[in-house]
Amino acid sequence: MPPIPAIDELSVTLAHYLIVSGVIFGIGVVIALAKRNAVAVLMGVELMLNAVNLTLLAFSRFSSAFPAGEEPLTGHAFVVFVLTVAAAEAAIALALAVLVYRRRETVDLDRVNLLRW
Amino acid sequence: MTLAEHIHYMGPALTLFVGAALVLLADLVLGRRAATWGMALVVVAGGLAWNAAQALAGTSGEALSGSIVVDRFSIFVTFIIFVSAFAVIAAAREWLSRLDGDAEFLALLLISAGSMALLVQSNDLITLFVALETTSIAQFIMAGIAKTDKSAEAGLKYLLTGAVAAAVLLYGFAFLFGISGTVSLPGIAEFVRSGPESQRLPLILAFVFIAAGFGYKMAIAPFHAWAPDVYEGSPAPVASFLSVASKAAGFAVALRVFYTGLGGGDTFIAQDWAMLFGALAALSMVFGNTGALLQTNARRLLGYSSIAQAGNIAVGLAAVAAGSTMGPSGVLFFLGTYVATNLGAFVAVTAVAERLGTEEIEDYAGLMKRSPLTGGVLSICLLSLTGIPPTAGFIAKVYIFNGAIAADQMWLVGLVALAVVNTAISAFYYLRWVRTMWLDDPKDAVTFRPAGPTQAVLFVAAVGVLFFGMAPTWLITAAQRAAETLL
Repeated sequence: MPPIPAIDELSVTLAHYLIVSGVIFGIGVVIALAKRNAVAVLMGVELMLNAVNLTLLAFSRFSSAFPAGEEPLTGHAFVVFVLTVAAAEAAIALALAVLVYRRRETVDLDRVNLLRW
Repeated sequence: MTLAEHIHYMGPALTLFVGAALVLLADLVLGRRAATWGMALVVVAGGLAWNAAQALAGTSGEALSGSIVVDRFSIFVTFIIFVSAFAVIAAAREWLSRLDGDAEFLALLLISAGSMALLVQSNDLITLFVALETTSIAQFIMAGIAKTDKSAEAGLKYLLTGAVAAAVLLYGFAFLFGISGTVSLPGIAEFVRSGPESQRLPLILAFVFIAAGFGYKMAIAPFHAWAPDVYEGSPAPVASFLSVASKAAGFAVALRVFYTGLGGGDTFIAQDWAMLFGALAALSMVFGNTGALLQTNARRLLGYSSIAQAGNIAVGLAAVAAGSTMGPSGVLFFLGTYVATNLGAFVAVTAVAERLGTEEIEDYAGLMKRSPLTGGVLSICLLSLTGIPPTAGFIAKVYIFNGAIAADQMWLVGLVALAVVNTAISAFYYLRWVRTMWLDDPKDAVTFRPAGPTQAVLFVAAVGVLFFGMAPTWLITAAQRAAETLL
């Protein structure tokens, strides 16, 4: 039976956060590109944005590694702006989706195809 | 710095933001379409005046703790953006008189143009992102504002692709922040210039993501898929605004980030991103031109043509990175002439659609007999897009290709050769359209005149194209002085 590792060997490092956020970003990209429903695409985009937030927070949290030594709150501030903009974007996106649905009775992107080639 | 100085630095953008609110208020109080239209024009003129005042006073430096910077570069690009906003509003008079929600449209356009001015002034990643998204979100609504099937679809598609592009751009920003430890562009530049070889791969990863995000704004391949759909589907004034102002802002901010932020043409990663933009330029020219060959709809053709033109400008971006000093001024000069050229073409197409109710190129037969002004201006603009002397498009192409060759690298010479071949291909569809207008007989004897403001815009655009084609010195000097302040 292997010895139980010490606590600090178990600690979560920057790399862990980056891997998790990278995986979430990848899942978001796949959803955004593969789903045909406009609302599902939006959910993919939200995943991508939240992966970005996680990355920013992780970098900010482990800022002692920074060469320039910026005050560690910059990343946190960035996240607040990203959240705000994402909310505004989602509001407009849903309004446009409702507009398309009213006119076409569908938000399936394969059937919203008046404009093609 | 005093509060008044901060306000002076952001003046042009603030004028448009305040103006947007006033336009909405005027619509509520006066309720007259002509009044809101005139007010929007006055607001943009006010922004232009403030911009000119900054230029004359030689305003330069950072404001808001280094979040924004005013220099000749930002003043030059702001001028381009506001001039196109003014022309778009002026030419949209007739369309606005039919639109449900005209004041909202004007307010959104003012907000969008104001944020673009802020975008080219931004000096850190956070300001840049917020300005970029403000201008984008206003454009999404504008694309869908006509509420027809096509307009709604264009708005939704523009938004979905835009949201994905913004997320990708942000991921690049997050890594740039993580690697360099700062969000300010001069700070990042300092870090990159210190030459951290071990960070080469993460840096390349970051700027590939960033290039993808900006590539969407600039409509360069392979991030161009939205452009033909949105240019065809959205209302004509929106399409003309996107094709000119949005593209100019996209290229300007890419110049700012890659030239100022990533330390210009003499850093250890310069060659990498030069190659990246070279590849994007080649893809854009090939995709844009082959796509345009197949089009029968005028606006869709202009959409593909704008992708190909973005490829031409991206040649200048590649030359920038390869250490050519002519690169940035070439990009700026091209953008300046492109405003007159592309806006003229779009407004002419809009005028034809208003009067004849068609956007199919075969219906342009005999346009010279129907409306000599519209046909003449459209012909001049198409010749300029092809790059035939004595139009501005010729000088702009020569300047940019010359800058790329001056960088003295084999692959850039190859890129220019590809660009020249593509110019020949593009001549086929541009000149075919011109021939249709001049030589074919019209189907009926209907003649027409565009509305007064539209005629004025058409006339000024044609004069601009010919003037910058025959006497480009003034604009070239301005572009060079603007480019000097980038580093």
